[in-house]
Amino acid sequence: MEDHGSAALRSLLEVLPDTVLETHARLGDATACVDPTRILTVLRHLRDEPGLEFDMLMDLCAVDFLGSEPRFEVVYHLYSLAHKHRVRIKARVPEAAPEIDSAVSLYPGANWMEREVFDLYGVRFTDHPDLRRLLLYEEFEGHPLRKDYAKEKRQPLVGPGN
Amino acid sequence: MDAEIQKRYSDRAIEFLRQGGDSFQTTKVDAVFNWGRKYSMFLYPFVTACCGMEFMSVAGPRYDLDRFGCALPRFSPRQSDLLMVVGTITHRQAPILQKVYAQMAEPKWVMAFGACTCSGGPYNNYAVVQGIDTIIPVDIYVPGCPPRPEAVLDGLMKLQARVQAERVPADGRHQDTEELTPPVVEKPIP
Repeated sequence: MEDHGSAALRSLLEVLPDTVLETHARLGDATACVDPTRILTVLRHLRDEPGLEFDMLMDLCAVDFLGSEPRFEVVYHLYSLAHKHRVRIKARVPEAAPEIDSAVSLYPGANWMEREVFDLYGVRFTDHPDLRRLLLYEEFEGHPLRKDYAKEKRQPLVGPGN
Repeated sequence: MDAEIQKRYSDRAIEFLRQGGDSFQTTKVDAVFNWGRKYSMFLYPFVTACCGMEFMSVAGPRYDLDRFGCALPRFSPRQSDLLMVVGTITHRQAPILQKVYAQMAEPKWVMAFGACTCSGGPYNNYAVVQGIDTIIPVDIYVPGCPPRPEAVLDGLMKLQARVQAERVPADGRHQDTEELTPPVVEKPIP
């Protein structure tokens, strides 16, 4: 696999080669697709390795690839304030058990982002301190950004069902 | 009072009026009530989204909602007459809006400010109420995304015309708006 000129990808391929499934740099963004069960190992390496020091989790989101397996992709965007470089980490989790380790222990800012992903996609983050819905209400059933959530389905708390 | 005396009094009053003996006016109680109400609206801004910027513009000195006697925002629904719903209302907020409306004292009016409050606007999805008139009564709709300040002022003047034409009940209490008893969703704060 190629490092695409990225120090982060080079370091990952050297130190943790068995975690990386694929690398690419489409549109100039160095990306590593990694083993979801090793996500914390990867993130910790990127955060703590001298020369990398990705100390900021810019974003954590998910993508639903309905029809392919593993179905859900959790995406981490990391940035280093010291070195001003970026890397994107992707991990695919299966539909039957959409679970991945929570990054809150490494990046406290991941707390609400993981809650949002859980709320809208139903990906469960194990060892998350407070995995509740963030945007929707508790009475809501299902996860509306999943591609198989019916487009017309409405679940109002009051008023007609539109 | 027998008819003879009554006639004498009214004759004297008519003669007084004819001569213009003093400066006074006659009117109806309804007209005075409504005149006072339409020019002293205390508004409750229920601001949730980008229309709030336009609300600030229309409430500020450039467009100056105060010219219409409607510039004193009360941040308690119990002290306000006009509920301005400004911005997208989500299903999660809908019970809160109903509760705020129910807390306002009669007489009360509601302005739907912007496309989202009128119809859901560009959002027809799992999250957004498709028009606040599905959950509370609305007196005036101001469409636009966001509405121009001129549109808001026009809507306010139309509402004032409507208020002026209302009939004040004998007990002073408005009953034309349907009494709402919304299901109050109370949840303990975790």
